[in-house]
Amino acid sequence: MKQSLFTIKENVALTHDIMKMVLSGDTTDITRPGQFVNVLIEGQYLRRPISVNDAIDGELTLIYKIVGVGTEKMAKMTPGEKLDILTGLGNGYDTEKSGDRPLLIGGGVGVPPLYMLAKQLCAKGCDVTVILGFRSARDVFYKDEFEALGAKVFVTTEDGTAGTKGFVTGVFGEAGDYTHTYSCGPEPMLRAVYNTSVTSGQYSFEERMGCGFGACMGCSCKTLYGNKRICKDGPVLVKEEIVWEK
Amino acid sequence: MGEMNRLNVNLCGIDMDNPIIPASGTFGFGYEFAELYDINILGTFSFKGTTREARFGNATPRIAECPSGMLNAVGLQNPGVDAVIARELPKMKEVFHKPVMANVSGFSLDEYVEVSSRIDKEDCVGWIELNISCPNVHGGGMAFGTCASSAESVVKAVREVVKKPLIVKLSPNVTNIVEIAKAVEAAGADGVSLINTLLGMRIDMRKKKPLLANVTGGYSGAAVFPVALRMVYQVAGAVKIPVVGMGGVSTAEDVIEMMMAGATAVEIGAENLRNPWACRDIINALPETMDKYGITDLSSIIGAAQP
Repeated sequence: MKQSLFTIKENVALTHDIMKMVLSGDTTDITRPGQFVNVLIEGQYLRRPISVNDAIDGELTLIYKIVGVGTEKMAKMTPGEKLDILTGLGNGYDTEKSGDRPLLIGGGVGVPPLYMLAKQLCAKGCDVTVILGFRSARDVFYKDEFEALGAKVFVTTEDGTAGTKGFVTGVFGEAGDYTHTYSCGPEPMLRAVYNTSVTSGQYSFEERMGCGFGACMGCSCKTLYGNKRICKDGPVLVKEEIVWEK
Repeated sequence: MGEMNRLNVNLCGIDMDNPIIPASGTFGFGYEFAELYDINILGTFSFKGTTREARFGNATPRIAECPSGMLNAVGLQNPGVDAVIARELPKMKEVFHKPVMANVSGFSLDEYVEVSSRIDKEDCVGWIELNISCPNVHGGGMAFGTCASSAESVVKAVREVVKKPLIVKLSPNVTNIVEIAKAVEAAGADGVSLINTLLGMRIDMRKKKPLLANVTGGYSGAAVFPVALRMVYQVAGAVKIPVVGMGGVSTAEDVIEMMMAGATAVEIGAENLRNPWACRDIINALPETMDKYGITDLSSIIGAAQP
């Protein structure tokens, strides 16, 4: 974990409530896709955990949803402004487990961390398929970016206004055979993927956090491998250890 | 006088290089922070509240943000005293070489007695901080600390089985904290630490429901500092045993105010969660801040603001 100041280079809307922020700063502690950063926002007591969309050579891209007062403030920030960010948090996805045909499933604001993952999997020669689930056409983002990496992309929307109508699991058949799943999204989606998928997989969870680095026990969860902290031992859990509680 | 000596304090007979103590529940058993800086620069730290049995704690969400602070309702998640002694303390000793403060909690008088007496035998333990003030568990914790007679009986019972200095952590969620402090002093406590968190809540307006799964949680962070300072001042003026001040302390200035109010040492809690280097930063800032206010050594200002 590293604390450093990042400078905003770009902060633009991708949809009505999803923003993309590109920053420059020290990205050396970001070692795996699926990790997150913790952003200190002026006037807010707790930092905001946000997944890493991409990190290359001192350039960090965050895609975040405006959900409350903290992210509302972030959305109003402009290029040149600085943010105090803790980087290198969380375990991230293990790309070694992918097999030849990994299937990536993202829902809503769970889509962003899959981008860096897809990039690395494509780079190592995998045949990558991505399913992106959204509520409605106006919520869809990053389809083209995944396609540009060379991934095969399916989009689903709950109301059918874009892609296939329904949930992400509805297009598993069409997506074809896969060797491993990587998913990130709301818990009901993760659970549906867990129940539908026939292979091993890695699931990225979300929880309200205090510190983001394992000190406060605010984001604990039970697993078959013992109690874990989503921030430090997660956010990625492997299929075999997951206990569904809620 | 060297920099270290200027910061020296003595808490219940044990010398400390400085009065800075990360508070229980915000510092685990130290390892996460030992990766970030040498935690041996601390006066000591108070480790995660330990109970007899392993506890998962409350359901999530357990954390909510507030203006200048936060609510937590962790609910004493800890691996239980057996695992703390067998697994956590040996690991802690690899990264921390000073006497540590052992935070002990419980749900019955027997449990407080058993856990305290076992922890008391551990060489690395300098002080026992008896937590009779956790607001996030039911049928224990704060129930003991909000009534003078039950506080007195649990302290008396633990006093009989422990040799190490016994510091009792008090709840601010009482009508008269001075009365409780006097009761635990009379029962044989060597010191008191205060304040634990203030009971609070938030509501999720979209769901029209309490934000925390536990409904209520403990409020900590910069916002509670004036309340904590007032209580430290009142208690320090009324008891003869040392007071460890805590509650919203975030800067070297806050440390000095706490000590002037009567604190011998100062715990830092929530600030560690937003700035993991907070305690290091405060220790580094102390000499310069002392110079600014004409303070030669910290131990000389303890209670300076008392009448």
